[in-house]
Amino acid sequence: METTVPVAKRASPFLLAIIMITLVLSLMSIYQGIDAYTQDKPESGSLFLTMGVTTLAISTYLLFQTKKRVLKLTMEIPPLTTTLECEKCGFKNVRDFQRGDYVFKQLEEQCPKCNEKAMSIGSIFREIKEKEKAKEPRYS
Amino acid sequence: MLTLPTVGFDGLTGGDSLLSWILQIVFLGIFVVFMFYGQRIQMYIMIREVEGSLFKLRMMRDEGRKMAVAAINEIGKPQADPTTQVDRFLEYFAITPVDLDPAGIIWRLEHLLDVQDARLKNDVKLMAPQADETQINNLEMTLEAAVILNVIYKVIRHFYLLGKKTLSLYIIMQVQMILPLIMKEAEAYASALKAFQLGQPIGDGAGALVAGKLMHNYEKTKVEKDVVVAKVPIEGRTAYILKAEGPGANVGKPGEAIKQIMEQNEGKISLAIVIDAAGKLEGEKTGEVAEGTGVAIGGPEVDKYKVEETALKYKVPVNAIAIKEDVGDAVSPMRKEIFEAVDNVIERIKRLIRERTKEGDFVIIAGIGNSIGIGQ
Repeated sequence: METTVPVAKRASPFLLAIIMITLVLSLMSIYQGIDAYTQDKPESGSLFLTMGVTTLAISTYLLFQTKKRVLKLTMEIPPLTTTLECEKCGFKNVRDFQRGDYVFKQLEEQCPKCNEKAMSIGSIFREIKEKEKAKEPRYS
Repeated sequence: MLTLPTVGFDGLTGGDSLLSWILQIVFLGIFVVFMFYGQRIQMYIMIREVEGSLFKLRMMRDEGRKMAVAAINEIGKPQADPTTQVDRFLEYFAITPVDLDPAGIIWRLEHLLDVQDARLKNDVKLMAPQADETQINNLEMTLEAAVILNVIYKVIRHFYLLGKKTLSLYIIMQVQMILPLIMKEAEAYASALKAFQLGQPIGDGAGALVAGKLMHNYEKTKVEKDVVVAKVPIEGRTAYILKAEGPGANVGKPGEAIKQIMEQNEGKISLAIVIDAAGKLEGEKTGEVAEGTGVAIGGPEVDKYKVEETALKYKVPVNAIAIKEDVGDAVSPMRKEIFEAVDNVIERIKRLIRERTKEGDFVIIAGIGNSIGIGQ
């Protein structure tokens, strides 16, 4: 099951204008820095470059933050496995979980191997995929 | 006197140009702003972060409510729309007893919990008249999960709005710091809603599953509230095995049941073993089994108190076996690792019985946890 909803509100034009001005200024500062380097002024060059790159990073970050984000909520229903077992001959059969299944439930159906009416639910569980398991940190 | 250089193409690029002056002033201004308003900017970033999570929590709350209404309509077949009743249920609260004078607090708490349980069960019966006992228990649990999601949403919203109103960094900061843990719990409950509705076994039922496996095919009697007991021969001893009655969502009153068994046997119990799911630490493996002493019963501690009192009275040693899992695993459908840990627990129970009791002795084995999806 998946539900989506737009989260962030529309950014104000005033904020966008400030971000754009900062962005332009940062680019100009970088340009000044490079220019100062080429004119053999490394001190002012590095100052302008540092200021320019820092401001460029901040304004780009803010610009991305104002982007309208869509939030996704996934209420995942993990697949469950039900194991049917014959209490007489030990025959096992695996199928997907069905509503009404529970562990130790006596079933009406006959065992396909010994034809006895001795089938019951031996286990119900979900398996985590190897990919998800790998995400779990292990420091043992 | 300060003379500004002329602005030309050369002037734009020179180190002493008008542009470089403007840039220096602007950057100085930015540093001053950060010096005085740095904390406020940081706070706005935090508020934004909390806001994002709050939206997610609201979606979970709404989804939980929707699922609860749908489940009641599907299973209970009510005459009227149950939405109003569900909304009333979501706002239900219980007031804990006075602890200023702690004497007798356990009995007062037990009474309150009994009243609450009866009230909630009755409300669900009214909402879903066609549902049977098992389905009523499962619906109650679905609604309780929806209540938890509602409470989490409202508490976070409270701190978010309070922080925004007072512009206090510390109010926002404390929410923002614990938000990852809260979100993890909320996500676990949101994913568990369907499991509760369908009656699937959950991780918390690990203890009940152990008891169910040991008592399967033996005669059971119902004792106390929603607890079943079977007398099972194990390793030449007689074991009283108990668990909450399944397959409906039930935790029963295992403490009262253990107390009754001890009293009926006049304390002639050589060993009591309590098995329960326990919260794992990060880095520990899900389904890991650990042994200890004491009463492994979670929840409001009424049952734990009763077992401790009775065990002390008759000097019965109480051992605990814990099956490790995190909060997400505890409320979501049972993982294979937890299911497989059951056989390991049974082996440990047998070893404990062999090592600590003599043949012919009586022991109690209590499987604690929610019996949803687990029969006996």
